[in-house]
Amino acid sequence: MTTAAAIPLPEIKPKLSGDDRIMRGFILLVGVWMVIAVLLPLYFMLSKSFEDNDGNFIGLLNYAEYFSTPALFYSIENSFFIAVVSTVITITLAFIYAYALTRSLMPFRGAFKVIAMIPLLAPSLLPAISFVYFFGNQGVIKGVLMGETIYGPIGIIMGEVFYTLPHALMILVTALSTADGRLYEAAISLRAGKIKTFFTVTLPGIKYGLISAIFVVFTLVITDFGIPKVIGGQFNVLATDIYKQVIGQQNFEMGAVVSVVLLIPAIAAFLVDRIVQRKQVALLTARAVPLEPKKSRGFDTAMGIYCATIAFVILAIIGMAIYASLVTFWPYNLTLGFTNYDFDVMDGGGWESFGNSLRMAAYTAVFGTAIIFTGAYMVEKTKGFALARGAIQFLCILPMAVPGMVLGLAYIFFFNHPDNPLGMIYGTMVILVVVTISHFYTVSHLTALTALKQMDPEFEAVSASLKVPFFRTFLRVTVPVCLPAILDISIYLFVNAMTTVSAVIFLYSSDTNLASVAALNMDDAGDVAPAAAMSVMIVLASATVRILHAILTRGLARRLQAWRKR
Amino acid sequence: MHIKSMPKSITRVLAATAVGVFTAGISAPLFAETLTVYTAVEAEDLKKYAARFNEDHPDIKIKWVRDSTGIVTAKLLAEKNNPKADVVWGLAATSLMLLGEENMLQPYAPKGLDKLDPKFRDSKNPPSWTGMDAWVASICYNTVEGKKNGVPKPTSWKDLTKPAYKGHVIMPNPNSSGTGFLDVSSWLQLFGEEGGWKFMDALHENIARYTHSGSKPCKLAAAGEITVGVSFAFRGAKSKAKGAPLDIVIPTEGIGWDMEATSIIKGTKKLKAAQTLVDWSISEKANKMYNEGYAVIGIPSLAKPVKYFPKEVATKMIDNDFAWAAKNRKRILSEWQKRFDSKSDPK
Repeated sequence: MTTAAAIPLPEIKPKLSGDDRIMRGFILLVGVWMVIAVLLPLYFMLSKSFEDNDGNFIGLLNYAEYFSTPALFYSIENSFFIAVVSTVITITLAFIYAYALTRSLMPFRGAFKVIAMIPLLAPSLLPAISFVYFFGNQGVIKGVLMGETIYGPIGIIMGEVFYTLPHALMILVTALSTADGRLYEAAISLRAGKIKTFFTVTLPGIKYGLISAIFVVFTLVITDFGIPKVIGGQFNVLATDIYKQVIGQQNFEMGAVVSVVLLIPAIAAFLVDRIVQRKQVALLTARAVPLEPKKSRGFDTAMGIYCATIAFVILAIIGMAIYASLVTFWPYNLTLGFTNYDFDVMDGGGWESFGNSLRMAAYTAVFGTAIIFTGAYMVEKTKGFALARGAIQFLCILPMAVPGMVLGLAYIFFFNHPDNPLGMIYGTMVILVVVTISHFYTVSHLTALTALKQMDPEFEAVSASLKVPFFRTFLRVTVPVCLPAILDISIYLFVNAMTTVSAVIFLYSSDTNLASVAALNMDDAGDVAPAAAMSVMIVLASATVRILHAILTRGLARRLQAWRKR
Repeated sequence: MHIKSMPKSITRVLAATAVGVFTAGISAPLFAETLTVYTAVEAEDLKKYAARFNEDHPDIKIKWVRDSTGIVTAKLLAEKNNPKADVVWGLAATSLMLLGEENMLQPYAPKGLDKLDPKFRDSKNPPSWTGMDAWVASICYNTVEGKKNGVPKPTSWKDLTKPAYKGHVIMPNPNSSGTGFLDVSSWLQLFGEEGGWKFMDALHENIARYTHSGSKPCKLAAAGEITVGVSFAFRGAKSKAKGAPLDIVIPTEGIGWDMEATSIIKGTKKLKAAQTLVDWSISEKANKMYNEGYAVIGIPSLAKPVKYFPKEVATKMIDNDFAWAAKNRKRILSEWQKRFDSKSDPK
């Protein structure tokens, strides 16, 4: 590849070719998908914020009512407090971890990477159960909190950090693993110190990924309602306010108002993202030489200890949940046994729901990855057509800002509308797959973009000048180069589909019960141990798929990623 | 990953979508008729309910869609313009009243209606809904933690405002949970508007925190996370049966209650089968089945005591004015939020 690209070529701006037309066609397809799967449902839901109970347009009256409630300002304050603190902690932890994984030669890097992804495999119920067993009033190490209660901001932040760490890590590892070794060689020959190199080479190189990660974590935290609901006690945040309005009082109009308020930070983040993106320079130029970390015993040991500590905490949380699933009746009868795994005598569709979840996750991974990666490629590489691309880019970022509960209800309003010809998918597996792809679109899209942005446009320019059709470049160059990211996206979609609750809870039917919903309902019914057991099964299933994925990646990496080495 | 050309991957998407639709379509079973029934009944009871019904009507298959009361009610309301449910069997009567206001219920007088306690039916004729069993408020008291924390067993609601209970009581937030609203509305009916709020002001001082789910306080008490949980008796009895050191207290002043009820959804294409199911749902056989878990049922003469359920439940149920509660719900909730929810300390 390096030989093919070694011929220096100036950037050329070709006329609208056949390729461009095809690419624009694809852009429109992606646009139609986003409109159907995201924009229209959200319109049906959010327009309710301007309506009264009977559907009459009343302008901003609901907003006026909402903003006159004093409790609201506490929720906004609380939401921002939780989001900022969680983001700072998560990004710091994830950055060092990602740095250790990509830039050190510490042992067990593969194992550390796998362990750090485990939180992604767990439904939010699982850390909540573990935290209660660790820090609750009967908790085994509740002294650590020094009298503070776990049911409140502390519990929420701990839960959010656990839940968002892999998300941040995924983006940061992608960003850090693509670096041009020549820049570092230049830095060394210019006698720049380690710290100077870090701030002048490393940070600018991953700026885009870092900002994406910050914005993803912030938005994930501010829209998440699972963790505040399960462990937050009475600490009100915006997402639980929506829950109160919609589930507690069936007030869809007010729920829509709070959802619109929640969109504001996401739109702000989108604007920031646009500005940064304009300044992003391709890192992996066609002449780049992959960076290979050098051995440094002190640094490698320090990084190893750091990663081992984080990994230990994650494993301890999972371990406690496994223990919880084996205990007969916490904390009064600690006999261990497997009775809690006999799901067929319990709620939620038994083992059948587990099978449904696996199928749903598989469909989501396969179709979601195809749609999302193609979409990201078209948005990134098509020339011109700026308006459509910008609009689609916005629609790709939007789902992240929408709490799953709102998305789920929006799908009812849109897909179950009597005049909607797509109504046939309502109540089937298809709608569950579509809503799950939409719900987790943003992070996958950003991962794909991060990988694509680090590729030099010269690849396309060379191909175009050699009259190679773009799809051949796409399949022969782009897909193989981005394969790690593509596989990461598919696994991300798979595991999230296994654990997601908030959107699908409104959309599953009697034939499509899901394991994650079953676990939530078991916990709600007081069956904590079976709920922990079902959560553990979800983790095990996702972990198995992940291990298969790791083996596959390794095989493929040997074949397709050899160019990354010298 | 052997995609050869782009269009192929798109064809795959379309093909699989088609397969998905197809497989969802063929999973219909071989019964003469299938009813889609929405419910909030405990999942572990659903198989039993369907099986007993099929003993008498083997030709009608029940397809359950089950979730918690709040989710099912929200789902039904969201589907208002194109309802998917044929029957609702086992949802809070207050939720059904809400659906009734939206004109979503099909009035029907099932066979044997006259045997039903008048409390357990919609007062209109024919009724929009009929009741199955009552779920009643109660206090779950953890005896082990009580002894450890020096918190005595309460006997009345007023007991909970005593200083000994400070930080040892949990109740559901009425803005999130129907059970929470049931408690608040019953206190306002028992103690009067002014007395009720005064009671809640005092109670608030002792509350450790408010939860979003109505069954959670009792569950927390069962797990020793709190000593006193304000919840409902059914959940308490279940946890006790599993070995939790719980006492279920029926406060002497009286208890709020709601019932699980049944109704046909307007616009169902299977009206006949739906009526058959509703007929059966108030039959003696069905009532005896409800009685296996609930002490108070639609046909009171059939009721037998239920294990772990306090015997005085039926006599302590207040004369609950559901119409008043529904009409004043919004006002009560915003008053409650103003008094207690905005006090939850911001960080």
